Amino acid sequence: MTEPAMRAEAIRKSFGSVEVLRGIDLEVAVGEVTCLVGPSGSGKTTFLRCINHLEKINSGRVYIHGELLAYRERGGRLHEMKDRDVCKQRASIGMVFQSFNLFQHMTVLENIVEAPVHVLRQPRDEAVDRARRLLARVGLSNKESSYPRHLSGGQQQRVAIARALAMEPRLMLFDEPTSALDPELVGEVLSAMLDLAHSGMTMIVVTHEMGFARQVADTVVFMDAGQIVEQGSPREVLDDPQHVRTKAFLSKVM
Amino acid sequence: MAVVMCAAVFAVSVVTNDRFRWGVVGDYLFSAPILDGVRLTLMLTVVAQALGIAVGIALAIMRLSPNPVLSRCAWVYIWFFRGTPLLVQLIFWYNLSALYPSISFGIPFGPTFFSGNANDLITPFAVAILGLGLNEGAYTAEIVRGGIAAIDRGQSEAAKALGVPPMLTLRRIVLPQAMKVIVPPIGNQTILMLKTTSLVSVLALADLLYAAQAIYARTFQTMPLLIVVSLWYLAITSVLTVGQHYLERHFSPGTTDAGPSMPRRWARTIVSVRSASTPAPAPSTAAEDR
Repeated sequence: MTEPAMRAEAIRKSFGSVEVLRGIDLEVAVGEVTCLVGPSGSGKTTFLRCINHLEKINSGRVYIHGELLAYRERGGRLHEMKDRDVCKQRASIGMVFQSFNLFQHMTVLENIVEAPVHVLRQPRDEAVDRARRLLARVGLSNKESSYPRHLSGGQQQRVAIARALAMEPRLMLFDEPTSALDPELVGEVLSAMLDLAHSGMTMIVVTHEMGFARQVADTVVFMDAGQIVEQGSPREVLDDPQHVRTKAFLSKVM
Repeated sequence: MAVVMCAAVFAVSVVTNDRFRWGVVGDYLFSAPILDGVRLTLMLTVVAQALGIAVGIALAIMRLSPNPVLSRCAWVYIWFFRGTPLLVQLIFWYNLSALYPSISFGIPFGPTFFSGNANDLITPFAVAILGLGLNEGAYTAEIVRGGIAAIDRGQSEAAKALGVPPMLTLRRIVLPQAMKVIVPPIGNQTILMLKTTSLVSVLALADLLYAAQAIYARTFQTMPLLIVVSLWYLAITSVLTVGQHYLERHFSPGTTDAGPSMPRRWARTIVSVRSASTPAPAPSTAAEDR
């Protein structure tokens, strides 16, 4: 039996006195696309950020390809790893943000080669070659020397996807990748993600795009108030929801 | 119009009043002691400012550190150096040998590697560099901290998600972008530093002002020599201003609308003064500048 790409066990997370994740258990198999849906404030984004330790969890465990994330177990107790070791683990997890977060002072090409050259210590020529192939893949070959602020939101997000892929991650996290985009630009980003899903990438996507979830997801997870309410295939969750909260949410968004 | 008239009257008086002794100004402007003073003033400015920036960046990083000991230490440093007059600090360092007659380096309570008389080690030049640089560090720290805070958190988060370690993120992602915010006030501070170095005359260091003072104490030509000093400070400040302009440009890559280049901006100022002084606008020069 192969290890799941991601396994979360009883994740709890509070901001101050507000508990935003109240015991999340989830498994994502290698090569699967999982979409997290739910009303805002349900904890989807926070959960996604816990998967690469951008948020520290208060209790529970995250395993990435079978390896405990950000902690080491010694004598029955958990010890947080050093920054450097967490960085190594993060390098194999790509993340795409709602607000793109491209490095504003670098060109598109520099954005993509930055981490491969300085973190993975790839030779620059190799990294540049790879970056150009990735840019071609997301359809932006002619933009390599542009600065982010001269690109549309859709183009920026496609660069962000290429930048994450340049680290050759085994798992990709998407945090509402199309929520900050004008409606006519959503399609180009979704098609880049679709292409990625077809190539067999394991993906966890927080999204409000029910059409995308229906078309691409292997599993749809509905979250509300810091808990997983319901999960299953898109057909089960989106077309035949069992839980009253799922029904209420879907009736509003579809 | 009234402003122009006043300026003209003043200019005429400056040129015709022979008590300004422009001849003496000319004699001393490039004399050896004055040039030596200029050299020392420049050296103090560059070295002390460099030390200040290094200390400032280190302090800013310490203040933003999650480690409470580091951030508290930086806070106390900034509190102390901003809270006491620089002149007092300079005199204090100068007289440090009264508190610690000998200085030694070694392992505490262990062997000593090096030991010497404080008066020999703390030369006036060293005092000036330390005093000016350490003081500057406190101000620079706040400027750098402000610059770092101005950068969107998403930038360092994106770097984090790519597995870039914290110090590398600071060096490659955050600081280069913060420079855009940091450079203008640092330019300001450098110009301030240039003029603040004149305080070292209390340490009997022969900087530009001290050199002039030494001459007019002998010749009583106070005004002409102060004009010499001012002309030099003005000249160096002008050079620094141009340098700052190009530095600001360097740290705003990809902006096509970085504004007109320095010579053009000055040309524009001159043109606007000229067109204000003549009743009819001068269309040819104004159009050219567009």
